[in-house]
Amino acid sequence: MSESSSAVARPLLPNLLAINDLDLKQIQHLLALAADFQQQTPAKSLVGKRILLLFYEASTRTRTSFEVAARRLGAETVSITASSTSIEKGESLLDTVYTLRAMAIDAIVMRHSVSGSPVLVADHVDVPVVNAGDGMHQHPTQALLDAFTIIRHKQRIAGLKIAIVGDLLHSRVARSNIELLSRLGAEVRLCAPRTLLPPAFASLAPGLILTHRLEEALDAADVVMVLRIQMERMRESFFPSEAEYVHHYSVTADRLRAARPDAIIMHPGPMIRGVEIGADVADSPQSVIREQVENGVLIRMAVLQSALLPARFSKA
Amino acid sequence: MNLILKNGRILDPASGRDEIGDIVIQEDRIRDLGPGIAAPGPGTLDCTGMIVCPGLIDLHVHLREPGFEYKETIETGTRAAVAGGFTAVCAMPNTNPVNDNAGTTAYLLQRARELSSARVYAVGAITVGSRGEALASIGDMHRAGAVALSDDGRPVMNAQILRRAMEYASMFNMPVIQHSEDLNLSAGGAMHEGEVSLRLGLPGISGQSESTMIARDVLLAGQTGAHLHVAHISSGESIEAVRQAKKRGIRVTAEVTPHHLTLIDEDIKNYDANFKMNPPLRSRADRQILLEALADGTIDIIATDHAPHAAHEKQQEFTRAPMGIIGLETALPLTLRLVEQGHISLMRAIEALTSRPASIANLPGGKLQAGAPADVTVFDPNLSWTLDPAQGRSKSRNTPFAGWNFKGRAVYTVVGGRLVYQLHN
Repeated sequence: MSESSSAVARPLLPNLLAINDLDLKQIQHLLALAADFQQQTPAKSLVGKRILLLFYEASTRTRTSFEVAARRLGAETVSITASSTSIEKGESLLDTVYTLRAMAIDAIVMRHSVSGSPVLVADHVDVPVVNAGDGMHQHPTQALLDAFTIIRHKQRIAGLKIAIVGDLLHSRVARSNIELLSRLGAEVRLCAPRTLLPPAFASLAPGLILTHRLEEALDAADVVMVLRIQMERMRESFFPSEAEYVHHYSVTADRLRAARPDAIIMHPGPMIRGVEIGADVADSPQSVIREQVENGVLIRMAVLQSALLPARFSKA
Repeated sequence: MNLILKNGRILDPASGRDEIGDIVIQEDRIRDLGPGIAAPGPGTLDCTGMIVCPGLIDLHVHLREPGFEYKETIETGTRAAVAGGFTAVCAMPNTNPVNDNAGTTAYLLQRARELSSARVYAVGAITVGSRGEALASIGDMHRAGAVALSDDGRPVMNAQILRRAMEYASMFNMPVIQHSEDLNLSAGGAMHEGEVSLRLGLPGISGQSESTMIARDVLLAGQTGAHLHVAHISSGESIEAVRQAKKRGIRVTAEVTPHHLTLIDEDIKNYDANFKMNPPLRSRADRQILLEALADGTIDIIATDHAPHAAHEKQQEFTRAPMGIIGLETALPLTLRLVEQGHISLMRAIEALTSRPASIANLPGGKLQAGAPADVTVFDPNLSWTLDPAQGRSKSRNTPFAGWNFKGRAVYTVVGGRLVYQLHN
């Protein structure tokens, strides 16, 4: 296919590194495209494209989700994980990326334990980079799929009371969701012990409500998003014990009565039942946790197509 | 061999001299200086329109030799120094091996005599291996020529060890240069802790990891009577601790880097590790306090913390990249920028780069007077230029100032009567 001007040929998403890189039009486009994919079997729009899944950090659901999304659109995937030999031998991130880039890669989907690593890579390669989660920084496709899921149930985001509860400090999911849901007009409440919710969080978006009291966060909430306690990112004690955390912050059926009766429960996974979330809550009819996983594939299809095809072929 | 610096604006903070005149250099000393004292002749350098000041002195430089010659050597580091207008540098001891004994000190100084363009002074380690556990051979290093002590890169965490080091060092009148950082508070940190670090998802280094340490150390300096010199001060709260200590008559001095006076945490773009150093770039409010403290003398001097690293080390994931940036060739232009912006006077700026560092480390240079060593820097305050790190003399190029437009640059650098650097346009 020939393009009349290079401006037309540019993809809608040159990269997807952080939610704040997106303007409102791009966000709406991605959500609408995902809705299209849900309604009708998508065309194999990415046949002949090769997508590198570069995962420096263990991941089951996100990597599989991107892989399924890519294949549904006809793309080929190459999967590299942290245990791959060159990485284990100590090759630098950029050297690994340069080597793989030379193998006719059209896009890179990347996860890394260090914040900002996909930004570094995007600065040094000429193909789109999609951030699949970097350190404590961002997880933009997770926030997009969460917004998509909320809209499926509530038909809107604006005006909703959304509580995000758990290990906010170490959460890239929280940072992306705070930026996205606030931008779309929700009242976002953040709840965690003081050690996991420093006051600087208030600067992430206008109008955020920070509280250390769970009942305050849950009061009349439309959406309750629960986050795992990330023990692997904790260097020193942030709270006395898991038991004490459960006593004060576990989202149980009993505490959930403070929320609206039709509130939906979300969790980005992996979920530890009996710690941040009660088992009864995870399995309740209000829980949309499994649906989040399904919607993840749709959003990632929308993201990959928008990153790889020129904007005008990326129908919404 | 004679050299005449003709018709420049002579600025000498030690004497307060500020006048157009000539400097006559004979052998390695200044023979005479003043208005219209020399007729033009062989060996005359026309300094019309330029500023002639004592050679700049940097108390905080990492020359990386021995052990890390792929980053920098005495030869390349001092070439960068003289190109930046520095005639003397103090070499920090965090080499491999660590300069914690007289043999290493003597080796460093001998290598410098053979290879260096500038004067090199040795800073010895405070503790063996800079591990913070046992006193290094302070007296022997002093005898071998070390002028100050520091475990720079690491703090002395153990207060009792620091107290003993201060007591011992005070016998030799050596300043104890502390890298002030509570390692428990800063553990794992990669940038200043605040709103920017939270948004970028990078672990923070709080201002208090520095200020609490300084608060402790000035009390120990008060107890021991030793001279505490605070390296690369960065946080606004630290300034208050130093100010109070000075008011109480405690022997404390402090240095600040040009980059902490210029950049803030908000400037960190795209996780570029050329903005990563320790202490980190602080907040906008911290920077404002540093500027005021430099102007009022609470901060005594400017020092670069010149910290070369190879490109492949810096082009890494942000938390993995090493701390530090080069600074010898940008210190003078960055300082002149602060003068231009009205933060400090030109005389104060020169003082902070010459006579004050000389007096802190008891060094012979730093002043322009008949009979003094002929260490002189001539710079053109109006010369506009753009920094291209590839043109730098340092072996490394890790600077956040690539592409910056500067006004002012060293044109002639004279060390011991020898013209060791001349800018070629």
